[in-house]
Amino acid sequence: MLKIEHLCKSFGGLAATNDVSLHFLPGSLSAVIGPNGAGKTTFFNLISGTFRPDSGRILLDGENIAGVSRSGIVRRGIGRAFQVASIFPSLTVEEALMGALHAHREQNAVVRSRFPIPGTQVRAREVLDMLGLAAKARTLSCNLSHGDQKLLDIALALVLQPRVLLLDEPTAGMGPEERWQMIDKVYRLWEMEKMTLVFIEHDMDIVFKIAQSICVLCYGAVLAEGTPDEIRANPAVIEAYLGTDVEAQK
Amino acid sequence: MKRRGFAFDLGIATAVLVVLVILPILFPSKALIDFAIRVAAFGIFASSLNILVGYTGLVSFGHGMFFASGAYAFGLLMQKAGTSIPTAFLLTVLISAALAVVVGAICVRLKEIYFAFLTLAFQMLLHSLIISWQQLTGGDQGLMGGIPRPPFLGIDLSDQSQLYLFACATLVISLLLMRHLMQSPFGYTLRMIRDNAERAQYIGIRVWRMRLAAFVLAGTFASIGGIIMSLLMSGAYPEFAYWTISGEAIFMLMLGGTSAFLGPTVGTMMLLLLNDVITKFTEYYGLTLGVVILLFALVFRKGVADFVVEEWRRRFGENQA
Ligand SMILES: Nc1ncnc2c1ncn2[C@@H]1O[C@H](COP(=O)(O)OP(=O)(O)OP(=O)(O)O)[C@@H](O)[C@H]1O
Ligand SMILES: [Mg+2]
Repeated sequence: MLKIEHLCKSFGGLAATNDVSLHFLPGSLSAVIGPNGAGKTTFFNLISGTFRPDSGRILLDGENIAGVSRSGIVRRGIGRAFQVASIFPSLTVEEALMGALHAHREQNAVVRSRFPIPGTQVRAREVLDMLGLAAKARTLSCNLSHGDQKLLDIALALVLQPRVLLLDEPTAGMGPEERWQMIDKVYRLWEMEKMTLVFIEHDMDIVFKIAQSICVLCYGAVLAEGTPDEIRANPAVIEAYLGTDVEAQK
Repeated sequence: MKRRGFAFDLGIATAVLVVLVILPILFPSKALIDFAIRVAAFGIFASSLNILVGYTGLVSFGHGMFFASGAYAFGLLMQKAGTSIPTAFLLTVLISAALAVVVGAICVRLKEIYFAFLTLAFQMLLHSLIISWQQLTGGDQGLMGGIPRPPFLGIDLSDQSQLYLFACATLVISLLLMRHLMQSPFGYTLRMIRDNAERAQYIGIRVWRMRLAAFVLAGTFASIGGIIMSLLMSGAYPEFAYWTISGEAIFMLMLGGTSAFLGPTVGTMMLLLLNDVITKFTEYYGLTLGVVILLFALVFRKGVADFVVEEWRRRFGENQA
């Protein structure tokens, strides 16, 4: 499905992504973890076309999409949400989703009929229901709470029915209770939509609870990858990353 | 939120047109008619700029180039090629659209301030071309000798009151078309680009193509404003291509507001009125105008039409936010 081969990207002298090779199976739920500045977001940026990689390949069903434009990558089925919610402030929640749907259906240059084209509203409502945002459909995006903005950001990707969904810290900036609600929603949408989901997360409890496979990034390189149990037992990970966490828990 | 359709807009447009037809019968005044024709020309021009500024988030400082291309292309076609008015109208619009494709293709990829400056540079280029190509354009004297306005379909535009009706109809139809475009899926795509162009790319919108389309549309409509102006003045002048004309359009947007569709038209009326009133009472035209503009920019921070729409929504709660 999504296969990353020897991906590299440097900013100046800094290797933000350093020879990363990973394989995400269809329908899998994977987590990317690592300390601040490890290159997690950069990894997503490369896959979604924000930057062109210096070298390496990004294979989506065999096609190398390294160097394809952002909108081109979306059209091929990779959607993403952002670490800091990225939304359309002056549109209502529903308008934003319908706008995204029009783009997805290649109807966003239509000038003959009025917005929205019939049929889009139904699908937008489905996605809002799935994420529990239906009550906010007619709220201006800029008036949403922080958590709802993060949800809307995810909804904007979800409405495009991506085969691969990249979520950059869906729980960023949330309190403990809100975190678990968010993760619950993410987990349910993964179950329902059966897409390949990769998320970045700092909270180890969450990661070990829901991820099927985990990739640990450190200084841009893959420190370890495997199932939660393998990662928990990995000496390199314990030393470099989990060590402090485990001790703190004792 | 209620979404009113094209029929609603058409109804309003027709009603406005009827009022405009009756107006000079109730108040027969040459000054009023002259004023209304200028409002039509600049109202179309300012509204077209708002497609870029208000809807797409592109601030152009060189929009006047299309006003000028409209006036000059039309004037030249009538003078030198002796075409009929409808043919010249159509050709002028096509020429301006072509110009907008070329200029837009170069400009729309640039970031804000570079976009603004480069559009300005293109406008100044057109201005110096007009000044220096004396044989064709009459240089700084403008297109001399008047523009012939032969009657077509029983309409005689050399008659001021018929020109008034023509200008009003053109204004109303242009606004109706622009309104429809801005309420279409394409119009919402532009809003998304304005709000967050980066995010728009990640939902699959081809941002620069859409910006180019907006630029071409805006330039095309602007040229219609220029056509009306050249009909009114029976000529075209290099001032139409000077940067101040783009500046005036931006003032119109500031006075009337960019968020309500009719804001630019309201702003046009305000600026032209201010123009006439201030010059009548004081010689400090620039100073007075400057103070008014500053008041809107720094104190109100929005245009008159924005206030009206907000107040309306507050009273009648049509929209939640
Ligand atoms: N556009 C850029 N230009 C220059 N340096 C960058 C750029 N993007 C990221 N970096 C650098 O690359 C490194 C990795 O950044 P990245 O944002 O990928 O880390 P991260 O793992 O997502 O961190 P966090 O957990 O804080 O979100 C950092 O040192 C960062 O400063
Ligand atoms: Mg990050």
